[in-house]
Amino acid sequence: MTSEAAAVDRVFRSEFGRAVALLARVLGDIGLAEDAVQDAYLAALRRWPADGIPDNPRAWIVAVARNRAIDRLRRDRVLERHTEELTRRAEDEMNRYDESADDDTVPDERLRLIFTCCHPALATEAQVALTLRLVAGLTVPEIARALLAAEPTIAQRLVRAKHKVRAAGIPVRVPPDDQLTDRLASTLAVVYLIFNEGYVATSGPQLRRDDLAGEAIRLGRVISTLMPDEPEAAGLLALMLLQHSRRDARTDAAGEVVLIGRQDRSQWHRDEIAEGVALTERALRMTRTPGRYALEAAIAAVHAQAATAEDTDWWQIAALYEMLLRVSPSPMAALSRSVAVSLAQGPAAGLALADSIAAEGSLAHSHLLHATRADMLGRLGRSQEAAAAYRTAIEQAGNEAERRLLQRKLADLPEPSQPRTTR
Amino acid sequence: MQYVLLIYGDPAAAEGMSEEDGRAMMAEYFEYTEGLRRSGAYVSGEPLESAQTATTVRQRDGQQLISDGPFAETREVLGGFYVLECDSLDQALEHAGRCPGARYGSIEVRPVMVMPATA
Repeated sequence: MTSEAAAVDRVFRSEFGRAVALLARVLGDIGLAEDAVQDAYLAALRRWPADGIPDNPRAWIVAVARNRAIDRLRRDRVLERHTEELTRRAEDEMNRYDESADDDTVPDERLRLIFTCCHPALATEAQVALTLRLVAGLTVPEIARALLAAEPTIAQRLVRAKHKVRAAGIPVRVPPDDQLTDRLASTLAVVYLIFNEGYVATSGPQLRRDDLAGEAIRLGRVISTLMPDEPEAAGLLALMLLQHSRRDARTDAAGEVVLIGRQDRSQWHRDEIAEGVALTERALRMTRTPGRYALEAAIAAVHAQAATAEDTDWWQIAALYEMLLRVSPSPMAALSRSVAVSLAQGPAAGLALADSIAAEGSLAHSHLLHATRADMLGRLGRSQEAAAAYRTAIEQAGNEAERRLLQRKLADLPEPSQPRTTR
Repeated sequence: MQYVLLIYGDPAAAEGMSEEDGRAMMAEYFEYTEGLRRSGAYVSGEPLESAQTATTVRQRDGQQLISDGPFAETREVLGGFYVLECDSLDQALEHAGRCPGARYGSIEVRPVMVMPATA
């Protein structure tokens, strides 16, 4: 790619969502809005290398996309009456944003678009694909690569989702107050899903895909900037920043997993930690009843602020997990609490909790439960039971890097004939 | 936009209902329908006779095939419908959520297809 084309790409990546959001509201059709912004991209590829990047690329994109949308509407003669009215509305609305307008005249309407893309009437995988395409501005091949799916699969998923938005009348708007809490929660869940897909790839040879995590952080930043009074929006952004700040330390040079206790903390991104901690504190100050993201961010912040693994305040982390389990009970959080308790009070206390999770059954197929039990059993000197638990964990791990880590741990167990502790 | 609310439920549950509960259910539906009329969303709506009274018709190779029973044998069967005029799917979902049938069975919300104007 030429440097000019790369420059066009960069500008469009950062402006795509805003332009689509604005046009989608005016045109009432996200598919048409997307096509129009894509037309503007092609126009920019032709014109910017010769004319230079305009002083206000945002307004340029919106103005060109508007004209292209009106052209498309005029060409499309099937819905004639519809078209006249829409064209008039679009012209009226958008005459305000001409190419010479200054930056702030193009309103940021991405929230509407995010809520539309994450509407619960769409299947989760459709929500993820739509959000990545329309809000984050990723191309179909990029989304396919990021989600490890075939391009035609993603293309078809997007076509179906856009058809449903249009045909079912999913509105392009921020939900009314009485629905906002629920809808925000499901929208944040989509963003966090995207982040986690990047943070720990569920399958494949690599442990993480930074680009996807980076996109999720960008989305989280848009939501928390546009909804500054929502503690969970700040909490989610904080959580993602804090987890992402450790990315360079999470694998070693050979691509092997390094757990938090053994990570080289000098590789943690301090600027991101500082922002994440500040956001966590803000989220916690905003409400007396912090939600799951604020609490998970607080847990991540305790880790991030410990100078060494030994300095980690496990008592505080265990207490935060207690609060988290009250707000948002999940077997995974219960498992994490058992780890924190094992490090605060000792492996026996942790194992008791882990065993009760195992007895409850919902994590029976998670390698994490077995790996956690294996670790605690190993620390208690019960090597034979630990080895059995590691073997189950290895069978169930989906990620090769994680599987190798478990194999190393299994190999490190002392021989059962030489127990660490005397009976 | 127009939406159809298709009300699905388990007929066994309805049959097992006491007379008193049945009357209460009817009263709820009257009230619900009244609310839809007042809001201006109501276009039409009818309860249906049981699925046991259904007859399915197919036309194949110029022959009409008639069979007893509903199109698909499922536990939850279509028990009635409403046609509503709403400004968006959100409004239709809100109305659907208040439908008494939503508490026992499920409501499928389907937009009515807009046919292109033939100018």
